[in-house]
Amino acid sequence: MTLEFTLASARAALRRRTISARELTQAHLDAVAALEPHIHAFITVTPDMALAQADAADAALARGKAGPLAGLPVAIKDVFCTKGVKTTAASRILEPFVPPYESTVTANMLRDGAVFLGKLNLDEFAMGSATTNSAFGATINPWQRADSNTPLVPGGSSGGSAAAVASGMALAATGTDTGGSIRQPASYCGIVGIKPTYGRCSRYGVVAFASSLDQPGPFARTVEDAAILLGSMAGHDPKDSTSANRAVPDFAAATQRGVKGLKIGVPREYRVDGMPPEIEALWRQGLDWLRAEGAEIVDVSLPHTKYGLATYYIVAPAEASSNLARYDGVRYGLRVPANDLKDLYEETRAAGFGAEVRRRILIGTYVLSAGYYDAFYLKAQKVRALILKDFTDAFGQVDALLTPTTPSAAFAIGENEDDPVKMYLNDIFTVPASIAGIPGMSVPAGLDAQGLPLGLQVLGRHFDEETIFAVGAALERAAGFTARPRIRMGEGA
Amino acid sequence: MTYIIEGRTGPWELVIGLEVHAQVVSNAKLFSGASAMYGGEPNAQVSFVDAGFPGMLPVINRECVAQAVRTGLGLKAQINLVSRFDRKNYFYADLPQGYQISQFAHPIVGTGVIDIELESGEIRQIGVTRLHLEQDAGKSMHDQHPAQSFIDLNRAGVALMEIVSEPDMRSPEEAGAYLRKLRTILRYLGTCDGNMEEGSMRADVNVSVRKTGEPFRTRCEIKNVNSVRFVMQAIEAEARRQVEIWEAGETVDQETRLYDPARGETRPMRSKEDAHDYRYFPDPDLLPLVIEQAWVDELASALPELPDAKKARFISQYGIPAYDSGVLVMEQATADFYETLAKGRDGKAASNWMLGDFFAGLNRLGKSIETSPISASALGGLLDLIADATINGKIAKEVLEAMMETGASALSIVEERGLKQVTDTGAIDAAVDAVLAANPDKLAEYKAGKDKLFGFFVGQVMKAMAGKGNPALVNEAIRRKL
Repeated sequence: MTLEFTLASARAALRRRTISARELTQAHLDAVAALEPHIHAFITVTPDMALAQADAADAALARGKAGPLAGLPVAIKDVFCTKGVKTTAASRILEPFVPPYESTVTANMLRDGAVFLGKLNLDEFAMGSATTNSAFGATINPWQRADSNTPLVPGGSSGGSAAAVASGMALAATGTDTGGSIRQPASYCGIVGIKPTYGRCSRYGVVAFASSLDQPGPFARTVEDAAILLGSMAGHDPKDSTSANRAVPDFAAATQRGVKGLKIGVPREYRVDGMPPEIEALWRQGLDWLRAEGAEIVDVSLPHTKYGLATYYIVAPAEASSNLARYDGVRYGLRVPANDLKDLYEETRAAGFGAEVRRRILIGTYVLSAGYYDAFYLKAQKVRALILKDFTDAFGQVDALLTPTTPSAAFAIGENEDDPVKMYLNDIFTVPASIAGIPGMSVPAGLDAQGLPLGLQVLGRHFDEETIFAVGAALERAAGFTARPRIRMGEGA
Repeated sequence: MTYIIEGRTGPWELVIGLEVHAQVVSNAKLFSGASAMYGGEPNAQVSFVDAGFPGMLPVINRECVAQAVRTGLGLKAQINLVSRFDRKNYFYADLPQGYQISQFAHPIVGTGVIDIELESGEIRQIGVTRLHLEQDAGKSMHDQHPAQSFIDLNRAGVALMEIVSEPDMRSPEEAGAYLRKLRTILRYLGTCDGNMEEGSMRADVNVSVRKTGEPFRTRCEIKNVNSVRFVMQAIEAEARRQVEIWEAGETVDQETRLYDPARGETRPMRSKEDAHDYRYFPDPDLLPLVIEQAWVDELASALPELPDAKKARFISQYGIPAYDSGVLVMEQATADFYETLAKGRDGKAASNWMLGDFFAGLNRLGKSIETSPISASALGGLLDLIADATINGKIAKEVLEAMMETGASALSIVEERGLKQVTDTGAIDAAVDAVLAANPDKLAEYKAGKDKLFGFFVGQVMKAMAGKGNPALVNEAIRRKL
């Protein structure tokens, strides 16, 4: 039943009282119970809290005082601090951590009446592209190749979010995107995911990976649903100095705008060697759909694209190495007892952090070190400015850009694990927008030969998510993407 | 006068620079809403931001920025309208975030100056390189438990101003004068209470030595010295240590040292292997700090009169010597007391009485100007009695002592004890006659040319009149009779 609903249709049903929030929530909790053994999207499920929130929503609905998300069961990536609910960032070092405060994004959603089913799996500290780096086990993509049941990755780092929404365990979910961590798993799981403009959603209470890149955003099964959830998540927050003091537009209304008269850019540097022909073809198909809807397609150049990944893998680890210094065993989280302070640090952090997190701390520490700072960090900041300028120049000519979201469909668990750089290459199309701070969306647009979903990425100007929603909705209408993953309610694995 | 250390190989000059950490007077911490008050129960004034909890973010406290700007203005320094916060990364148990938020590359205040006055009366100008805002760390307590350290985070995140001087000082005295002058300015501005015992003002001292005319040699930094006296002692001890090293043909290593006041020596703080690489980089949680010139102007127009200006005004307005004026303006409370006292009175007499008998009285009672048993206007009452010749200066000393002990007014003491000056020439003449009659031998000696005995007669007359005779009239009467 759960997959029959969208956020929008469930909301309508709740308001018509054809279903209660408790029934809707129970159905999703049942889906979680049934599918979790196969997908492992959750780190923590909070059924009691969810049902209590559902009852409160039912009461509010009965009084006619329901907020925009009243009674809608959603789930939260486990980097958002949730008051009284364990928040781990998928790391041993935070395994025992229960925040005494609520992140602004989740507080906004609770204000609007949302029902939280639980906390979703991710790559440890959001570092990864496959959700295989979780200290609590990998999440399995609900999609499988047509000819095999080899478990595939859901993408990452927000793999739990994407898998839960794709399989019908939650109507929608929150994620965070630092270099593609919403858009890439959305693409791999055949759903919609948006990284808003940096500053659109508050980072207060979100476990930090790379502060200048991290941005919360929604996962949903439709563009409209993503617009509804983002509308609730977004907004200025005085507790986050990098939060933008701007009004939140009516994103849902923007999905109805259409693309007539819009100029859509095609960045030529995104045609990379070795890209599967079906992705190339889907890209062309996407442009044809938009042209057919009245958009004008324009070739543009983003000349510094090729430096995107290198820049990202200097800036993000540098910030991470500093952001993760607070996990020291002194005040909260894991502590491995030791005889002196140095041993306490070393043993706690060695036991608490996984291999990829340790690798990035080492890289980050290295690039900030005396003697290397200028050659790495400072240079990366300069390149970052050039990449931003590329986009600024392009948006002088066009209203949005269309690219593939990823260079491949979902891969099998264990693939790309031999060489970190191979894993990093998954983010080649998503990283530049993160570096520039511009908004981006992945929309499911088709299937590859194996029946796996492929997404197209729409990029827009700073704080112009509305155009992205307009373009994304047009692609969604044209694509008519109705395929469902193999692992879903009613069918099992 | 040049301060030098005479070594075996000749004279050595000292080169001294100071980095002063001044805790900003503000209600809340630099980046969190937690209280910045001194002396709460351990860990009672700690927000989740201060404790470095996951997902917590810093938000700049505007009042702390205002305090830094005021201080910059007080140091006649350049105010940077755009500054930036960096992270200084290092691990320590009382540093919850694993980094200190500081201003490394772009401080809020640039170059300024502080005029210091030496005992010789010479004025020297000491350059201020910069002032920046940063967070304080917490406090580690190693003496609470045999095997564990305790951490108090009340101080973690409190705003500090780090005020860095140029290496312009050449003697312990200059360093002491710089610190005292800086403290005076900060207290006038109300931006730091300057309390070195409580640690709200601490100094790191950079010291090197050189032969006259040489470029700078390697310096050592003596960390966290917490009194002016210790700063001066530490400089002397460190300079002597360095001279010995150079003269032994060895070289001074650049290192961080601590001063041990009990032994009067400095010793290394940490070994070279532990030298920190702080990995500074711009804090991505904070935007550049941009302030408006109009706001700076507004703060400037609301600044109080600062010690240098006040000193100059006292000299010209009240006709007091520069040295006295310098002492009076050292503390705002003293200067305010003086102005109340001097208003409508003889400024010179007011200054003399205040710096002389009044301060001596406070010292004797263990009181300060803030806790003085008598107010400026009460002291003024005493001065008025002198001015209108109700009492003479000698009696006034006695009256002041009584005032400070009892808190009573000058007039009531004078009346109660019958200390009014005798100006009745008849009474004075009678007393003079009696003294001359009682001392015929001295009178004869005087007349034979022993002029010095004039004082003897004055003393005897005053004694006979219980000190209450008007000194001028007594003198005149004696001169007349002799």
